[in-house]
Amino acid sequence: MKRKRQLPLRLRSWFVRALRVVVVYAALILLAVFLLAPFAWMVLVSLHPSKAPIPTMQTLWPQQCELIGFNPTRCWEQFHWENYAFVLSMPDIPVARFFFNSIVVTTVVVAGQLLVASLAAYGFARLTFKGRDFIFLMFLLSMMFAGPVTQIPVYLMVRWFGWLNTYAALIVPGLGSAFSVFLFRQFFAAIPKELEEAARMDGAGDLRIYAQVIMPLSKAALATAGAFSFFAVWTDFFWPLLATNSMEMRTLEVGLSVFKNSYGATNWPLQMTAAVVVMLPLLVAFLFTQRYFTKGIMLGGLK
Amino acid sequence: MKQRPIGYLFIAPATIHLLLFAWIPIAYAAYLSLFKWDLLKDSKPFIGLKNYADTLQDQAFWNAMWNSTRYTLVSVPVGMVVALFVALMINQKLRGITLFRTLYYIPAISSGVAVSMLWIYVYLPEHGLINTILMRFGQNIDFLSHPAWAMWALVFMSIWTGLGPRMILFLAGLIAIPTSLYEAADLDGSTPWKTFWHVTLPMLVPTTFFVLVTSTISAFQIFTPVYMMTRGGPEGTTDVVGYHIYSEAWEKFHVGLASAKSFILLLAILAVAYWQFRAMKSQLEGYSTTVS
Repeated sequence: MKRKRQLPLRLRSWFVRALRVVVVYAALILLAVFLLAPFAWMVLVSLHPSKAPIPTMQTLWPQQCELIGFNPTRCWEQFHWENYAFVLSMPDIPVARFFFNSIVVTTVVVAGQLLVASLAAYGFARLTFKGRDFIFLMFLLSMMFAGPVTQIPVYLMVRWFGWLNTYAALIVPGLGSAFSVFLFRQFFAAIPKELEEAARMDGAGDLRIYAQVIMPLSKAALATAGAFSFFAVWTDFFWPLLATNSMEMRTLEVGLSVFKNSYGATNWPLQMTAAVVVMLPLLVAFLFTQRYFTKGIMLGGLK
Repeated sequence: MKQRPIGYLFIAPATIHLLLFAWIPIAYAAYLSLFKWDLLKDSKPFIGLKNYADTLQDQAFWNAMWNSTRYTLVSVPVGMVVALFVALMINQKLRGITLFRTLYYIPAISSGVAVSMLWIYVYLPEHGLINTILMRFGQNIDFLSHPAWAMWALVFMSIWTGLGPRMILFLAGLIAIPTSLYEAADLDGSTPWKTFWHVTLPMLVPTTFFVLVTSTISAFQIFTPVYMMTRGGPEGTTDVVGYHIYSEAWEKFHVGLASAKSFILLLAILAVAYWQFRAMKSQLEGYSTTVS
């Protein structure tokens, strides 16, 4: 009697569970479509002929590429890849130069920031000295007012140094990051003391302990802090906008806004082409570093 | 604890940088705010607190503060509820769930300028992604040029870009909740809804607080989308305080006045963060007394 009743019950609970999984997946996919559809649209518009009327939903996907009457070569011809060649080699807007600037600035800032911040974090997490906690508090507090308050004075200082429109202006103010110091400190504090003591017994100094004990154990922290600062520096807009004024010194992000204002004001295919050119390196970098992102946010969020 | 003065050497580069590019600028901004300092003029007379007095009477500044407030009041709570919902959805053991986590994060890592250009296009009248759909129902709204719509268009976009980090933070908070609590609730015959209200939410208070404070601070400082999409318009309805201070300093070149304004903004942000901190503390105390 009991067995007879249990079987349909189990079947029913299996059915309910399966239904739940289907509903959850449907919701997940729907959300992904909502979040990513604008990007798909951006790519499709970027492949329209540059002087065409504003592409609409109806003209977005070329007729020649629809399933009925599909014709591979005619379909392929509808995609105007030459927009990319055009954007990358415009005479008045040096996109290649923007790329070069962004790469130089981002590389130097990220490398410098990792070194400066990890050294400081070693001091804060592993050494005891007078005033340590107070100084660390100064770092934490500075995260609160990083916004508009410091921009005007930093601009005036950089101008006074004679750095406006140089790499120094784009690089030096970015070399420190309270957030990276905080991230490294959290990570270093969790490394067991015994490892360090063993090294001290062998006569190692602090610089050697930092370089040969702590840092090799902190690759994940390096990757995380590096990923965060890479995206922050690469997509920084406000500071490079203020600190540079010649076309040769613009970074990609500022260059794109210049492009929007002066070139493709109503030329949507070219505008979207430029946007894709800026987005693509970010996307590739993200796919390589995404697991460190989740890690870092969790580390930064939990105390 | 053995004192190790070598620590000063380790923190020296970062600390010097912090002084030079954070604390000295703050002091310098306080100094600037006491002068009638115009970038284009040589005479910069000392005027005491007049910039502050002027700011307090400046209608455009208060309009900007109000715009930032209503932007924050809507985009932060709505963004947080959406992010919590998504975090609950992806906090399940399902095949391919990490793929979705990655996909949902993409809007957040995108270039602010590229994303703004994209959304100008999404909001375009007649041919934009949204209006193509609305046209089927006979509607056509010029979102970014309509005083009643422009701000909400920016808010909607911010929920889209802000989802990733908030979602991951909530996910971290959810993973940290001990499973024993859920088992105990199960034994007591709790319904999923009750468990959510009496176990999950209380355990998420610290995470919620962290997300709330960081989101509020960054929402108050929003700049790039406004600069790219509306320039504070139409009719000043999206003139948020970050953009307002920018145009005071870099379009009108009133650097002293802009410094005073940014100080008032800073005080406002600190006051709100402090108030949120106090509110969370009393929340936590409330829970700990009911639990024990």
